[in-house]
Amino acid sequence: MKLWDSFAKLFAAPKKEPTGSRAQARDRLRLVLVHDRATISPVMMDKLKEELLQTLSHYMQVDEVASVACLEQTEKEVRLVATFPIIKLNRNYAENIS
Amino acid sequence: MGEIIVVTSGKGGVGKTTTTANIGTALSFSGQKVVLIDTDIGLRNLDVILGLENRIVYDLVDVITGNCRYKQALIRDKRFGNLFLMPAAQTKDKNSVRPEEMKALCEELKENFDYVVVDCPAGIERGFYNAIAGAERAIVVTTPEVSAVRDADRVIGLLETSGLRDAKLIINRFRPRMARQGDMMEIEDVIDILAIDLLGVVPEDEKIVVSTNRGEPAVMENGWGAGEAYRRIARRIQGEEVALMNFEMKPGFFGRLKKIIGVS
Repeated sequence: MKLWDSFAKLFAAPKKEPTGSRAQARDRLRLVLVHDRATISPVMMDKLKEELLQTLSHYMQVDEVASVACLEQTEKEVRLVATFPIIKLNRNYAENIS
Repeated sequence: MGEIIVVTSGKGGVGKTTTTANIGTALSFSGQKVVLIDTDIGLRNLDVILGLENRIVYDLVDVITGNCRYKQALIRDKRFGNLFLMPAAQTKDKNSVRPEEMKALCEELKENFDYVVVDCPAGIERGFYNAIAGAERAIVVTTPEVSAVRDADRVIGLLETSGLRDAKLIINRFRPRMARQGDMMEIEDVIDILAIDLLGVVPEDEKIVVSTNRGEPAVMENGWGAGEAYRRIARRIQGEEVALMNFEMKPGFFGRLKKIIGVS
């Protein structure tokens, strides 16, 4: 095997270093799309907030009026930032789920 | 009762019109009655790709404005018999067509054809909404490049908002060698990012230039390459399950030698 490798190396064209622009393309595209998609839909944000509130209501009472959910963009990422001020935690949340 | 399919992409120059021409030709080869509609008013090109530019008398805008009946505007491709073109207007205002009018026309054509294939203009303005107005299925064409995939993503979103939720993807001008070297996005990268079903992969092929020069769609010629990829796509559109083309390279001298002496 070793002999073969050195034999092959002797005759094969010198291997080019992989430039890896595929990975760059993929990563840049992913990020750009997160930004693109994030800018389209305030409707989706409202719906998401509503569903989050509904889920939270199984566990706690939150101040719905003061609750905020939005996307924050930095250069490297887009993140979901949400604030839900708690009024009261449910004591027996397991019962409330069912 | 036929089916209305729109071919769209967002970005220009990725091969929408070439794709429309080849899919249409291949469908007509398999015995389907097909009409292709060029909706790129002011920048029509489907006629030259098909080699029918000398036979245009009436166009889409003439039909919409009632200048002629739709049958008068249809150009029959004599080579295939079952393939018809409805050319776009070249000199008229691109806002002279409204989505409702396009929809009505598509519905009318659908009665008499197995497939109504609509070639969409680049961009996401009025022409886009005209083209998708009557569509029941959508094909999104992209190349494996950042800009094209980004625009495809935007278009997929707009199609979904317009009720076309099950768009299918064609990856055009794929270069297997570059992908193998890690210098082009792989098919799975693009599918992964766009998250829609793949309809086919068309390799970059110099024969497309020749076929465009001649006005003869590439599917007319037998052989491997873009033509074969489009033939397979047309079969998939008709519901057949067809394997993707194999883009693996033929083994070179050392590959063969290794195989012979059993070290690979």
